Amino acid sequence: MRHVISALVQNVPGVLAHISGMLASRGFNINSLAVGPTENDDLSRMTFVVVGDNQVLEQVSKQLEKIVTVVRVIDISTQEYVERDLMLIGVQAETGEKRSEIRELVEIFRGKIVDVGAEQVMIEISGREGKVQAFVDRMRPFGIIELVRTGKIAMVRHGRTNGNTDTESDDG
Amino acid sequence: MATTDSATTNQMISGADILVQALVRNGIETIFAYPGGASMPLHQALLRNKEDLRTILPRHEQGGGFAAQGYARSTGGVGVCMATSGPGATNLVTAIADAKLDSIPLIAISGQVGTPVIGTDAFQETPIVEVCRGITKHHYLLTDVNDIARVVKEAIHIATTGRPGPVLIDVPKDVQLDSCVPDWDVEFSLPGYRAGVATEPADEQINQVAAAIKHAKRPVIYAGGGIIAAEASEQLRELVHKTGIPITMTLMGLGSFPNAEQLSMDMLGMHGAVYANHAVRDCDLLIALGVRFDDRVTGKVSAFAKDAKIVHIDIDPSELNKNKPAHIPIVSDLKLALNKLLPLVEYKDDIDGWREQCQQDKAANPYKYDEGFDGILQQHAIRELSNLTQEMETFITVGVGQHQMWSAQFYQFTRPRSWHSSSGLGTMGFGLPAAMGVQAAHPNALVVDIDGDGSFQMNIQELAACYCEKLPVKVLLLNNQHLGMVVQWEDRFMHGNRAHTYLGPIDDAEAAGKGSGPFAVERYPDFVQIAKGYGCGAASVSKKTDLVDALREMISYDGPFVLDVEVPYQEHVLPMIPSGATVDDMITE
Repeated sequence: MRHVISALVQNVPGVLAHISGMLASRGFNINSLAVGPTENDDLSRMTFVVVGDNQVLEQVSKQLEKIVTVVRVIDISTQEYVERDLMLIGVQAETGEKRSEIRELVEIFRGKIVDVGAEQVMIEISGREGKVQAFVDRMRPFGIIELVRTGKIAMVRHGRTNGNTDTESDDG
Repeated sequence: MATTDSATTNQMISGADILVQALVRNGIETIFAYPGGASMPLHQALLRNKEDLRTILPRHEQGGGFAAQGYARSTGGVGVCMATSGPGATNLVTAIADAKLDSIPLIAISGQVGTPVIGTDAFQETPIVEVCRGITKHHYLLTDVNDIARVVKEAIHIATTGRPGPVLIDVPKDVQLDSCVPDWDVEFSLPGYRAGVATEPADEQINQVAAAIKHAKRPVIYAGGGIIAAEASEQLRELVHKTGIPITMTLMGLGSFPNAEQLSMDMLGMHGAVYANHAVRDCDLLIALGVRFDDRVTGKVSAFAKDAKIVHIDIDPSELNKNKPAHIPIVSDLKLALNKLLPLVEYKDDIDGWREQCQQDKAANPYKYDEGFDGILQQHAIRELSNLTQEMETFITVGVGQHQMWSAQFYQFTRPRSWHSSSGLGTMGFGLPAAMGVQAAHPNALVVDIDGDGSFQMNIQELAACYCEKLPVKVLLLNNQHLGMVVQWEDRFMHGNRAHTYLGPIDDAEAAGKGSGPFAVERYPDFVQIAKGYGCGAASVSKKTDLVDALREMISYDGPFVLDVEVPYQEHVLPMIPSGATVDDMITE
């Protein structure tokens, strides 16, 4: 099972190394790890996607909480939440029919072409992991040159709680 | 404790002085420190503060680390060691890892190259914080002199609260030399550390435990190092006496309950007592207090206490459900939990049959050895030492191996913090330096390192520190010329092939496993001469009839003493549950 864990950590040198070292040395299977600043300069937010059963998840959370610089750990996936993954992808796109086809797909997926070259384009796309993955699959036949993703970030939802954990129409 | 007047005079002082004075202000009285280029300013500051803080010079940084552990383990306070950068710091690593696994409050301070050259592969530079991340409870790399007072305070707080553990403070040389006006009243900056306040159990949880005890037909208490760390031995004893529930202890838990009492089922686990392991196998309620279901205790974990309801109380939430799921898992300080539980329990007069079964098993399967052996067996030497020292304030430390297990089996412990063993990490060479630290904390007590010839040689240089620092540690050296525990495994599981387990010259017959007779043909090295070379008293004994007198001579010697005891190398530690096996696979012959 996949869980999304969010950890608020002190913004001090070495905290990422400490956490990733702990996860590696205890053999936890981490699918993605995203780190970035928060509204508070002293704190950073880490979002993990952990694969494992409930016992594994319990240990990951407890071991994270034991790290002195970890302020708070939440299993986001037990609540209603919004998740996003940001991707930049370079795709082969000769001018002409192929390029139009790509533009059309980018529009359908609410992405953006952010760089245009002679033979290729760079596309920015964000959304739920599944959507980003679907877009990657659509681009594959054109020839993917390069791809980079942030890994999943997530936040608990406090507005609508209609059972739907997410709606793509929220996309900007 | 004397304090300096700098706080009132707003005087600028050096980082090194701030660090040392911060130690003093936080109650540290002894430090084990070995100097080097990057820690010289710190040593100058130690010298300036020698009235308040005793500096003991070990002869190897690892010895200093274990001495600090011995100090911490025997007092319940924090132990402090210091080394220079690079090799000095890496020599501390084993002692730090050891403190992590046994939950010992240790402050390790390392000098570091100056901040301008950090990361340039400077002389004697190692990224010691990186090295130690996974083996410390917390770690600091100081980069600003203004942080020192706070960091020392925080480090001691973290090391000693919650589940104790080691904290590393790495101090670059330029930060030691920089100066500022220290703010001794600075607040902690620990938004993520919640263990500072002792966790209390919910009434509901304790009621559940009391109910489980009330309904149990075959209850057993399984007590570990957490009892000792929580200073809860008194409460534990009261629980056993009040309820009449038999108790077994882990290697770390020895001393929490007196072995001599009837309800003591002694140690459990791989080399635990037959009756302890039987009791845990047969129990219907296992009350696990301050333990972690270590593989050396459980063997095959799924078969451990298979039919029992499990109560597990520990201060560290991550220990609950880690190795073995508990039916009643409780995160709590053990002293608080037991104090809450005690008024709710009463004497269990409905388990007379169970107590009787335990007693019969205990009588039928005691720890035993060949008492008619013509020579000194390791077990016999330990039992005699135990008999001679029961009435004295005695502390025992050990190395790792057969002698360690036999000490755990045959020495009769009565007090918590009187037994010191590298239990989790199993570090050979622990015994002598740990004894040195215990002696520094208890100058008038008898401190005996029961050691093996393998372990002893891993930190034998500390005889010099014992002699020069006037620490009259005694070493009971059970010398079988072999790495006995590995030999035992070779005998049991590897057709007796000797693979580098003989400690004498390679052309001796024993090196190839072709020795004849129970004793090695040669005695190498000459430990008596070595000990005398260091200025210690020393004697050798091989006749059983001479043993007690030799022990008396050792005990009464004024100064450090090594008693080299000739023992056979084919003796095995029994009983034994092979690794990963169950109690029913126990080897007793």
